Amino acid sequence: MSAGKRTPLYEAHRRLGGRLVEFAGFDLPVQYTSIVEEHRAVRERAGLFDVSHMGQIRLSGPAAIGAAERLLSRPMADLRCGRVRYALLCNEAGGVVDDVTAYRVAEDAILLCVNASNIEKDYRWIVRHAPAGAEVRNESDETALLALQGPASPEILAPLAGEGVAGLRRYAFARLPVGGRPALVSRTGYTGADGFELYLAAGDAPAVWEALLEAGRPLGCLPAGLGARDTLRLEAALPLYGHELDDTTSPLEAGLDRFVALDRDFIGAAAIARRRAAGHERALAGFELLERGVARAEHLVAVGGRTVGRVTSGAPSPTLGRSIGLAYLPPALATPGTRLEVLVRGRALAAHVVETPFVRGVAPKSARTG
Amino acid sequence: MANFEIPDDLLYTPEDEWARGDGDRFHVGITDYAQQQLGDIVFVDLPEVGSEVTQGQVFGVIESVKAVSDLYAPVSGQVVEVNEELADRPELVNEDCYGDGWIIVIDTRGEDPSDSLLDAAAYLKHVDERSE
Repeated sequence: MSAGKRTPLYEAHRRLGGRLVEFAGFDLPVQYTSIVEEHRAVRERAGLFDVSHMGQIRLSGPAAIGAAERLLSRPMADLRCGRVRYALLCNEAGGVVDDVTAYRVAEDAILLCVNASNIEKDYRWIVRHAPAGAEVRNESDETALLALQGPASPEILAPLAGEGVAGLRRYAFARLPVGGRPALVSRTGYTGADGFELYLAAGDAPAVWEALLEAGRPLGCLPAGLGARDTLRLEAALPLYGHELDDTTSPLEAGLDRFVALDRDFIGAAAIARRRAAGHERALAGFELLERGVARAEHLVAVGGRTVGRVTSGAPSPTLGRSIGLAYLPPALATPGTRLEVLVRGRALAAHVVETPFVRGVAPKSARTG
Repeated sequence: MANFEIPDDLLYTPEDEWARGDGDRFHVGITDYAQQQLGDIVFVDLPEVGSEVTQGQVFGVIESVKAVSDLYAPVSGQVVEVNEELADRPELVNEDCYGDGWIIVIDTRGEDPSDSLLDAAAYLKHVDERSE
């Protein structure tokens, strides 16, 4: 039996028959019924995820915004209250400490949502670089996070959260009551679909979870686990820390140029610029297998029998009915159409580089880069 | 606790394969317990027709969204048929693991393997010992 940390929804997962696995030190369901069923529910209707394992770190005080500006790869001073921005925490070598979403929760406060596997690391990093006048609080244990994702999400949430839902734009957030409980609701997600993330006090999570499942049931919403979360984000070509990103990888290698503003000073900016000027040795590319099989992380990629790179994430795409993946390749090969081989159990499976995201048109047309 | 179907008329391996003998021809697949553990099957790596397999050794691989699992031959002999349907519909293994989701047929050429396989009762015990 696993003995990991539990989110406030542990009992709910057991009751729903969730198959629990250990992830980032937490016991969480990889699936309830079937990864493919849950994935399809999100693409066609809606799915509800418990992502309370993720971390929340708040910077507040007179020096908080300045600290955030220094720590993050994008400006924070011009992030208006009620808006969210995806950015990278980088180190002095130009590698990625974590990828985060930053919420401007007050004039002098920013709330960061961070990866579960990096909570302690990020907290220590931020404390180390925060000046006096910037208070840093790790609120992870007191905060639960639910993700309601899929085209039916607004219809499911609106009756529970009221008028504020319809007008909530992508990468914006509002404080709304959900089923009577106070929540911070953002129009964000990690699936490439329309949807919402709901930050709750840990104690309120079970009631809101049940309310959302009940409201969603007639619309075909399913509880969804980590397995579907991964196949969904892969179809959307969203990076996962520890796979596409780590502390030696420049965000530019990972294709995250849009989220790195090098015309300003932040920790890692100089190194990122230097590495760009020197020419990157690898670039992240999306690929599809051209024959049956599954490419997975750590599989080698070859061209003409010569190893050129490595898969960072791979899975069968339930939407496409083909196996897809992300791999680091020499930049010259990272262009759509390049023919590759993925080495799986000693066999070279034919593949080719494709444009990403793999599955298009799943975000609402109003989606801007957040 | 989940429910696992374990037909009485089959023989089993500790690695969760089943075998149904008809003379020398044995249909082989994975059990209900195995397909539930694996989840959605997305690919079955089948051996070539005509190849030789040895009892207890790997003859192929079965993959689900999250997992890769070796397939162990329950009997020794020659592979005389493989289930071509699984190429387009690997999910047959989930839907009907003892029927349309069969994987290969092995011709044992007269050898009787039943002594070295588990009957349904023994396999049930083996599953109970491992499941939560």
